Amino acid sequence: MYNKRTIIPGLAIFVLFVTFPLWFNAFSTASTVPKTELPPGGEKQCVASASEMRASHMALLNEWRDEVLRDGGRIAVTVNGKEYRKGLQMACMQCHTNKEKFCDSCHEYVSVTPYCWDCHLTPTAAAEKKETH
Amino acid sequence: MIEKVLKGNSNYWMWLAFLTAFIAVGAICYLRQFLFGMYLTGMGRDLSWGLYISQFTFLVGVAAGGLMLVLPYYIHNYKIFGRLTILGEFLAISALIMCLMFIMADIGQPLRGLNMILHPTPNSMLFWDMVVLLGYLTLNVICGWVILTAERKQVKPPKWVYIFVYVSIPFAVSIHTVTAMLYCGLPGRHFWLSAITAPRFLASAFAAGPALIVIACLIMKRVAHFDAGKEAINKLTTIIMYAAIINAFFVCLEFFVGYYSNIPGHKYALQYLFFGLEHNGHVYNNLVPFMWSSTLLCFGGLGLFAYMKISKVNTDLLVGIGCAMIFIALWLDKGLGFVMGGLAVNPLHEIVEYYPTANEIGITLGIWATGLLLVTVLYKIAVGVEHEVEA
Amino acid sequence: MDKQRRKFLKIAGAAALAGISAPVVVKLTSSPALASSTGHGETPAHAAPADAHAATGHGVEEAPTGVRLGMLIDMRKLYGHPELLEKLAAVCHKVHNVPEIDGAKSEIKWLWDVPFENAFPEHSAYHASAITKENNYLVLCNQCDEPPCVRVCPTKATFKMPTTGVVAMDYHRCIGCRFCMMGCPYGARSFNWMDPRPYIKEYNADFPTRMRGVVEKCNFCSERLALGLEPACVEAVKDIGAIVFGDLNDPNSEIRRRLDQDHTIQRKPSLGTKPSVFYIV
Repeated sequence: MYNKRTIIPGLAIFVLFVTFPLWFNAFSTASTVPKTELPPGGEKQCVASASEMRASHMALLNEWRDEVLRDGGRIAVTVNGKEYRKGLQMACMQCHTNKEKFCDSCHEYVSVTPYCWDCHLTPTAAAEKKETH
Repeated sequence: MIEKVLKGNSNYWMWLAFLTAFIAVGAICYLRQFLFGMYLTGMGRDLSWGLYISQFTFLVGVAAGGLMLVLPYYIHNYKIFGRLTILGEFLAISALIMCLMFIMADIGQPLRGLNMILHPTPNSMLFWDMVVLLGYLTLNVICGWVILTAERKQVKPPKWVYIFVYVSIPFAVSIHTVTAMLYCGLPGRHFWLSAITAPRFLASAFAAGPALIVIACLIMKRVAHFDAGKEAINKLTTIIMYAAIINAFFVCLEFFVGYYSNIPGHKYALQYLFFGLEHNGHVYNNLVPFMWSSTLLCFGGLGLFAYMKISKVNTDLLVGIGCAMIFIALWLDKGLGFVMGGLAVNPLHEIVEYYPTANEIGITLGIWATGLLLVTVLYKIAVGVEHEVEA
Repeated sequence: MDKQRRKFLKIAGAAALAGISAPVVVKLTSSPALASSTGHGETPAHAAPADAHAATGHGVEEAPTGVRLGMLIDMRKLYGHPELLEKLAAVCHKVHNVPEIDGAKSEIKWLWDVPFENAFPEHSAYHASAITKENNYLVLCNQCDEPPCVRVCPTKATFKMPTTGVVAMDYHRCIGCRFCMMGCPYGARSFNWMDPRPYIKEYNADFPTRMRGVVEKCNFCSERLALGLEPACVEAVKDIGAIVFGDLNDPNSEIRRRLDQDHTIQRKPSLGTKPSVFYIV
């Protein structure tokens, strides 16, 4: 091989550089898996199990959205005797009131930016401009 | 072939730098619009389409105009256009890319643009417009590139490419027809609700497209030693004349229908565009000077061509001036008047005038500059190949 | 260019093209997307007798099926009360978190009032009566039975609700092309030229806001109907009964009874949009 002396260290540097995110994460404590805040109200039950919700809440929300908006299926979901209206603002955020500690903590970790809150109000946002009489 | 883009004299680079400056300004303006919102444009609740859509409409015409070169050469075997068809195809590519950019600049949620494909809606003309525009773009890329490659190798183009060439002919008509259908199928927009909208669009396209190609040929004759040939230019000016006359005829028909029937809805837009519309003591007329300039330039250009044909005077300068006059006239008519005239009277019969903002004009110029840069680069390749073959 | 690379590029190009067009083809073939938005032509079996009856007469409209919500505005009860018109708009806009943006250019309106000649430009306002001249008329989305906005929308972001006949918006899907605003002959649609939130004075926590870059309009209070409530405007003038709301297809509904009783007009009926909002003037 020609230029062995430059090529091999060069390659090593290149590999280190490309794999930077991997070993940086391995040694750093900056990003540990976030712990989401449980409902501050002490609510124990959700429309589905925690693992199911963790994995596919976005699919459920999309499903609800299409049912409510497009098919007129606004009938509430009843789980274990409790009624939930279909909707992020109307169901989820009734218990999970803190968007920053619940939604954002994970979304930031996995680097997704859903546009839900461009329109839907968090309880905090709604309280900011509330009726004052 | 792309390497030809990288070799050029200082004028070539100066021209590209000049265009790039406009593109940079346009990009910054677009970034502002993207980040802060479309309130930075002059559009509003009543005039919710503006400069972007009108430029889009005009440029679809420029893209379709290439048909006037492709059709005589491939269908009628009119050999004189042999060196020009590639210019028509490359112009179409650039114009279509400008169209797509104008559409992206116009929509409020550009990141959701793919919804057009994810949720295809055949009852929407905008869906079909996307289909035919992307189709025509693909066809032109294939035909232009394959034919130019064959020319460079001095072999006949492969037979299969002719299928695409022949398909591209009805496609060229369809892009402008479907674009007209965006407008002429809307209830309550009387100026647009006219069966002649599509034929009128086609007529003006078949004048504006070739006019731009003639201007490009004359420029390239001076700066790139590319001679299209006197006869080809002459024939093109004849085509431009006929198309522009037919377009003017169609506009006159619109006038007849509006004014003879005396139906206010059919008259309002023409009155607003050409004479000014009086409402509650205020005369709205900010497009009047533009429309009369368009009329004068159109007939001036036609007169110039007629004079040249009759007296057999035929200088490049006069041809260039004539083409520029017709091109500008049609731009004023379709790139400004058509969309804004149709929107001046809103569905609630209030009159609203449109003033594009600096930011909006910046984006528009940026997109035009991008298109011109593309045309320059593509024509550089085409002319480079010609020179290579001749050498 | 070497042969292998050329071949690879060709295959890659063809695959990319196929990939882009595949979803369209799949969607178009798997769903009845080609069916018109109104559902005319497909007649459910149970409606057959009514249809057969209607077919005997010339020019008789096809017997309607399903629910079609409509509204009757009795302007006589609102004449001389501009404050009521203002109240109606305020109630509607508050319930739906509609921003208050000043100036005609960027404003957003679901329900508002205009002079007669603007609301009904097809009707003559020449030598109009004093009442006609002095009063403004309530305008809103007509929830047409043949909505042009639905016909032109390229993403089905606006569509007719199969259950209620209401012309609804899916703000998640709207790309902001504003074609629906071109299609609407009533000027009932507004575009969010800017982020609406700073312009909302008070939030209704039960309803979302909108985002920048989407079109919005009156939704006939679908969210309130789901809770068994009447539309906010109907409720606001309930005491004088100025607005009647109900199913136009139900011959026993109150709105049908009122339509049978009085002469009513619609906005721009000649355009064939079949508005579901009626006026007594």
